[in-house]
Amino acid sequence: MRVAFTVNGEDMAAEDVWPGESLLYVLRERLGLPGSKNACEQGECGSCTVYLDGVTVCACMVAAGQAAGRAVRTVEGLAASGGAGPAPDSRLSSVQEAFVEAGAVQCGFCTPGLVVQADDLLARTVRAGGPAPGDAEIREALAGNLCRCTGYEKIIEAVRTAAEHEERAVRRGGAR
Amino acid sequence: MSQTPAARARGDAGSAAGTRAGLSSTARGGVGTSPPRPDGALKAAGEFAFSSDMWMEDMLWGMTLRSPHPHALIRAIDTAEALAVPGVHAVLTHEDVPGEKRYGLETRDQPVLAFGKVRYKGEPVAVVAADHPETARRALARVRVDYEVLEPIADARRAAFDPDCPLVHEEGVPAHPEYNQRGNIVRHQPVRTGAFAEGADAADLRARAAAVVRGEYRVGMQDQAFLGPESGLAVPAPDGGVDLYIATQWLHVDQSQIAPCLGLEQERVRMTLAGVGGAFGAREDLSMQIHACMLALRTGRPVKFVYNREESFFGHVHRHPAAMRFEHGADADGRLLYATLEIVLDGGAYASTTAAVVGVASSLGVGPYEIPHVSVDAYGVYTTNPPCGAMRGFGAVQACFGYESQMDRLAAKLGMHPVELRRRNALAQGSRVATGQRIDMPLPMAEMLERVRAMPMPARRGELADPADPRTLPGGLANTSRGERVVRGVGYGVGLKNLCFSESFDDYSTARVRLEAIGGEPAALVHTAAAEVGQGLVTLQGQIAHTELGVERVTVHPADTSVGSAGSSSASRQSYVTGGAVKAACEAVRERVFALVRERGLVAPDHPAGDLALEGGKVVSAARGVLAPLAEVLGTGAVEETRVFRHRPTRALDPTTGQGDSHVQFGMCVHRAVVDVDVELGLVKVVALDAVQDVGRAMHPRQLLGQIQGGSAQGLGLALMEEVQVADGVIRNPSFTDYLIPTILDTPPMRIEVLEHADPHAPYGLRGAGEPPTLSSTPAIVAAVRDATGRPLTRAPVRPEDIAGVGD
Ligand code: FES
Ligand code: FES
Repeated sequence: MRVAFTVNGEDMAAEDVWPGESLLYVLRERLGLPGSKNACEQGECGSCTVYLDGVTVCACMVAAGQAAGRAVRTVEGLAASGGAGPAPDSRLSSVQEAFVEAGAVQCGFCTPGLVVQADDLLARTVRAGGPAPGDAEIREALAGNLCRCTGYEKIIEAVRTAAEHEERAVRRGGAR
Repeated sequence: MSQTPAARARGDAGSAAGTRAGLSSTARGGVGTSPPRPDGALKAAGEFAFSSDMWMEDMLWGMTLRSPHPHALIRAIDTAEALAVPGVHAVLTHEDVPGEKRYGLETRDQPVLAFGKVRYKGEPVAVVAADHPETARRALARVRVDYEVLEPIADARRAAFDPDCPLVHEEGVPAHPEYNQRGNIVRHQPVRTGAFAEGADAADLRARAAAVVRGEYRVGMQDQAFLGPESGLAVPAPDGGVDLYIATQWLHVDQSQIAPCLGLEQERVRMTLAGVGGAFGAREDLSMQIHACMLALRTGRPVKFVYNREESFFGHVHRHPAAMRFEHGADADGRLLYATLEIVLDGGAYASTTAAVVGVASSLGVGPYEIPHVSVDAYGVYTTNPPCGAMRGFGAVQACFGYESQMDRLAAKLGMHPVELRRRNALAQGSRVATGQRIDMPLPMAEMLERVRAMPMPARRGELADPADPRTLPGGLANTSRGERVVRGVGYGVGLKNLCFSESFDDYSTARVRLEAIGGEPAALVHTAAAEVGQGLVTLQGQIAHTELGVERVTVHPADTSVGSAGSSSASRQSYVTGGAVKAACEAVRERVFALVRERGLVAPDHPAGDLALEGGKVVSAARGVLAPLAEVLGTGAVEETRVFRHRPTRALDPTTGQGDSHVQFGMCVHRAVVDVDVELGLVKVVALDAVQDVGRAMHPRQLLGQIQGGSAQGLGLALMEEVQVADGVIRNPSFTDYLIPTILDTPPMRIEVLEHADPHAPYGLRGAGEPPTLSSTPAIVAAVRDATGRPLTRAPVRPEDIAGVGD
């Protein structure tokens, strides 16, 4: 079957999709977007997290056909299309930048899913004019994302830093 | 259902699959600073090419048929029906293995594809290549294998000691006389010191002890659970060889096992490291490497393998489960007098690194304590369970859970504080471990214990802003009582780990460093085959070149086999050994630059070398200041040097007495855990997990903390939740639904203190840092749960029923 949807604002289509294929498979193997990761393909690790019509989902648990006609945003589109980016010329969003700076990236296999999930947390909090999330809130938001390398300390630090950065940006009166 | 080429071509598709993995640019700072990792931005952007991201036009998907039985004879395999599935390009069995039929890290005992017999559930029997993963799956379902099921040999103790137990390898395996092999025993390593070396038995010593404690302890099978699944892409080459892009820990040892099985010379199996999504020991053995190459050579097409999570549980070795019987005796002051240890490690169906794991478990079995009379017997055993091998901590983890549990028991018996008991018996520089090896580097264990004990305690439950907030309770939002029966406990753990390869292994690394002027700026290129698995070695290599050559522009070349071996990214050894090799190559480059400086007449021909230095892109004389910009001295030429670095040699353990200077370096971490336990639900929340570790030199302080915190979290997993449950040879929980690793909710804040007492023998004085925290965190947490509950808790992981006393 043919499946068409927008990815990071661009119209895309995949031909000859077998009905059992997941959105993750189509993104990774048919559309050349392997940024979303495949650590479990069982909905347990969060490494495949993407936005589907603005809501974060595990792309491995979404049949490709379910995405038809909808808007997908992946880690590859994070810097361009959301959040208060750090510098206009940066390829990274503030969350991505904070992950790199804090040392929250080791092997990096969990990172794409985590940065999308953390981006969603900031969208729901600071970017919506609310206060920066506390540690307990950060932990709850990221509870579905496994990381085997870091012990999570640097990840929490990165999300805190990004939240503060975006909070300042919002207070200055302009995202981006 | 034919495969459609990707709608949007990958930027790196084609011949250069995977070139973005490991590609790096400038390291911001030198040794001792914390520059960002050069691959960090790519990873955060989702642009880093992991092994599972490899993609080529025209590639096929490889998939593996695995044995459904833990132990069975193979009577026949029929692949005809599978081959007939449209879209299937090859179905291969053991008959198609072009060269050697077996491979192995230490002992060549593992079939590339099973023949005659399968020895564990999940053993590869056939592989297919097809145009789509689903086609491959359907084809696998059509391979007919006729099995004659045999009784599994599931109990390691029986396999080791029951003379009537059948042999897992009745046709024999390559012999290692020094390992005291007999029956199913892969290695038996005794250690005897003091009166035990004279033939005394435990009864003689027991009579002289004021306090004796005995315990039987078990450690479950732990999975490394790296997130990036086993995967790779094999591309057939016009010369009849193959190019393999692969996530591994050691390219050259893979190559040396793959080539003979393919019947190819080593040079024709060219390997490039693809992005590695974590390793922790699980990528030390081969998984799909030979299979992918066989299929690529057979079909003439690139072949990609990606294991899914379930398959990954069968696709790599695990941490050896251990059954341990420990006895310790001490005088009334708590000074240890003797210890007897029996450690049985279940190696599963194939040897993998079992013998080396036994070497570590025996030599470090009594841990960091001075004990005059020691008797250790450590065994590694073949069974028909899943094969076990390397995992972070490598035999020392299991022993550490045993000896630390014993120290707590002894302290309780003597009415002493557990820290005080440990302090009294602590090893230090100048002490000897049980193998007779003198510790000739700082080992400030007593100081570390005092420091961890003095760290601030987390707030008590009563002091919390909202003690009823379920997020603060064991079980969290999901699964709690109101905290009526929540009890707090505190526990300590100390672990001693050997760093680098031991027991006379020729442990070396190779580095090539090139220095040239690019665009008027000096730039260094560092090339090694060392595997970046997430630990940050790629950053460190750049830092070393930055420091040694005084240049800011440093590029680390992707790791491949076009340069000499770097050895394995395991045993916490790469900072030391590959770090040492990069340093040595830089020094050689520097000497050649100084020779150029003399040649160009910038200094007199007899100018003392010690006066010259490379700093900030300039050649500097201590006496005369800046002599010239480095780029000017280099001109249009490049200076390139390759060096091999070895650490000092080690010795084999005596097969009878276990004596010998078997280790290069010792590392130590000390943990204090604070837990809240819901004694009715059997749930634990680790409230704090603080540590002190001596690393000799903090090469990259931020990455170092990441190693210590990550290692501590893996120890937490082993303490409370992680166990591959095997019943009669069958893994019951091969998924992240049922095999639980710590989430961000399970992992507490971790305060880390780093000490830097330099090891005079090591480059920069550094000590490998990745493994020690994985040892001590498990016993510290279990001790804290014991402290809270008063229960003996003799197995890791602790299960809810052990805490709640269900079934007592
Ligand atoms: S890959 Fe989708 S949740 Fe793990
Ligand atoms: S950085 Fe490796 S899994 Fe998170």
